[in-house]
Amino acid sequence: MRAARQRGHGPAERHVASTRHFSTRHFSTHTASRAATRFGPALLSLALLGLALLSLALPGGEARADPTPHLAIHYLERRIERPTPLNNEDPIPDDEGARGAELGLKDSNATGRFVSLGFSLATKRVEPGADVAAAFRALGNPRFLVVNAPVEDVLALADLPEARDTLLLNIGAPDTRLRDGDCRARLLHVLPSRAMLADALVEFLVFKRWTRLLLVSGPEPADALYAEALRRSAKKFGARVVAESRFDVHGADIRDSALREFALVTRGPEHDVVAVADEANSFGTNLVHNTASPRPVVGTQGLSPAAWGRPVEAWAAVQLQGRFRKLAGRAMRPIDYAGWLAVHAIGEAAVQLRTRDPDAIRALMLSPRFEVGGFKGRPLSFRPWNGQLRQPVFLLWPGAVVASAPLEGFLHHRTDLDTLGLDAPESACRAFAGGGAG
Amino acid sequence: MTPSRTGRGRPPMRPLPFALLLIIGLVLAAGPAPAEEIFVSNERDNTVSVIDTGSFEVVRTFPVGRRPRGIVFSRDGRQLFVCASDSDAVQVIDPETGRLLHNLPSGEDPEQFALAPDNRTLFIANEENATTTVVDAETRTVLAQIDVGIEPEGMAVSPDGKTAVTTSETTNMVHWIDVPSLKAVDATPVGQRPRHAEFSRDGSKLWVSSEIGGTVAVIDVATRTVAQTIAFEIKGIAGDRIQPVGITLTRDGRFAFVALGPSDRVAVIDARTYKVLNYILVGRRVWHLAFTSDESRLLTTNGASGDVTVIDVAALKAIKSIKVGRFPWGAAVRPSAGHRSAGAAP
Repeated sequence: MRAARQRGHGPAERHVASTRHFSTRHFSTHTASRAATRFGPALLSLALLGLALLSLALPGGEARADPTPHLAIHYLERRIERPTPLNNEDPIPDDEGARGAELGLKDSNATGRFVSLGFSLATKRVEPGADVAAAFRALGNPRFLVVNAPVEDVLALADLPEARDTLLLNIGAPDTRLRDGDCRARLLHVLPSRAMLADALVEFLVFKRWTRLLLVSGPEPADALYAEALRRSAKKFGARVVAESRFDVHGADIRDSALREFALVTRGPEHDVVAVADEANSFGTNLVHNTASPRPVVGTQGLSPAAWGRPVEAWAAVQLQGRFRKLAGRAMRPIDYAGWLAVHAIGEAAVQLRTRDPDAIRALMLSPRFEVGGFKGRPLSFRPWNGQLRQPVFLLWPGAVVASAPLEGFLHHRTDLDTLGLDAPESACRAFAGGGAG
Repeated sequence: MTPSRTGRGRPPMRPLPFALLLIIGLVLAAGPAPAEEIFVSNERDNTVSVIDTGSFEVVRTFPVGRRPRGIVFSRDGRQLFVCASDSDAVQVIDPETGRLLHNLPSGEDPEQFALAPDNRTLFIANEENATTTVVDAETRTVLAQIDVGIEPEGMAVSPDGKTAVTTSETTNMVHWIDVPSLKAVDATPVGQRPRHAEFSRDGSKLWVSSEIGGTVAVIDVATRTVAQTIAFEIKGIAGDRIQPVGITLTRDGRFAFVALGPSDRVAVIDARTYKVLNYILVGRRVWHLAFTSDESRLLTTNGASGDVTVIDVAALKAIKSIKVGRFPWGAAVRPSAGHRSAGAAP
């Protein structure tokens, strides 16, 4: 059902406007006659044929041709050159995030058509080194911008004077400082912060009474931030980092030397787990089962906290997983999930209000009464003090969901979801009207 | 997540002492209701458990297709329909032997269904492809596939047979289907993740549970607007653990019972004033509900604890729990000779 067409702004831009399909009654109700004997393949191919004909009949790529006016959502991504993955079978897909947003669009249109609402999604990628502000200006006053970019880009976009009417939804930057002193009033965070991820992990460790951590950090600045989040969480929940070490592969092929290589950095005082902070996965997957002592590896690899992952299936998540796999031909990753949820939240707010008015939709999304479903078994909402989406965080290994945080016994006067990440009194964010008040 | 049902924080639901069981058994045996059978679909075991209401024991278990969920009887009790979701079929089963009679075409991933008062038209919610499939169970043909919202789940047909509804869990709407034309004619937005729909006996109201919204909407059928929204509050249970799923209404229109999912409670509602009267503790993650024909007992399927709780309706108390298969999902009472008219429409 996806219509992807090139527009005149260069190959990095795509326009996805599935509105037009859904706004056409022609095949939205295909009623077979009572005499119909076989259903299935014939009906399906008829529908597909209809779709194909319709696509041909539409003028190329101009969203304006659609008779149903729709709400425009933009997706802006900074392309990142990534190192070769540790295992060649497991690369980070080029369309991470974008595919999630695309599914969010499909879902929103499937819902919106029942209340005469349509949505469109324009995707723009910024090449490494290119100017993100210029890319933003080329979009022409976007009112809803899903941003999949590093923290510097997110802040640069949020601070653009031209973006004063834009609601930004961060799906790519887990930096806790964006939910803290560097928060912005029109910037919502769909992706959990590193603080939320670390809190989820440490809740699990405390629940298990595995409270002594030996922390191994990689060389990247992001690794330092992840390690810092773990230290903070350990302090918050009464766990302890008993020793720390750093590890840098220095370009060597760790796959060949892992058996001996990690003995030194994982030797230390008595500990229950080896915590690893290696966001780029330059060595972490090979650390699992290669520690000096027989201890589980937790953190960026091993047992990992994440907003989403392949083993997630409860609360009808299997439905979302199935729809995503059908669309993208691969498993849904945390940033895909955030992309889906960002667009889904905009669609949900519009449907709840039955409006395309961007001001009203933005106001609802920023208000504490806004709730959205996300296949996690409970309503999700944005924290009024820093714009972070409250959500359960899964503790995953590739084979299973080990646990789901908040864990039993971790209580909060508002909702136990607020045991994850910066609570109102902890956050230095003052940009939101609801700051501190809860 | 301990599978034990004596998990912390929950009052124990131990098997009742033998003497008490004996007394209950005697009372039941002496009571007016002849024993009948309740069929429970076990989603994870690919089986159906049959509970005898004389003894409230599982008397037999038979295999069905993969991932059985929705379960419904023909009016005469001679055919059992089961949605075998992962087999992409509605199975028609001889309830006496458990033998598969034949499959009905069902569309992809059938989850719940409803049988129209004509006793032959089945409305099936196809969870994966956002359609409702309408099947004639006699000619075994598909009459229509109707596009609805994402993840259709709840299905119901009005007592007069003129209107069918389906709820879509991600679109968060009730879709109204005109039965004569088999077309979706309207949609009513409701709370997040609508799971189940149930018409009142007179057809004037439609009850819809919203699992994530945590509420039950009572919709005025004539205007298709929400007339009442019922919220729940249980002391000591976080609000977002209260997740309404199954609904069942008494024939006299006095009470509604609502299964509240992971709060492990069933709410009792005055169906005239919409006030919540009581919460009954049952097994873990309660899904769906079924009355015995005389409505003296209500059975609940408890997905996470793998059992069925028996509620004494007059006393509003849980009196027994029965171990069934893994993830019991739906329950249906088999209309018996003595009760053939009890559950049937005029």
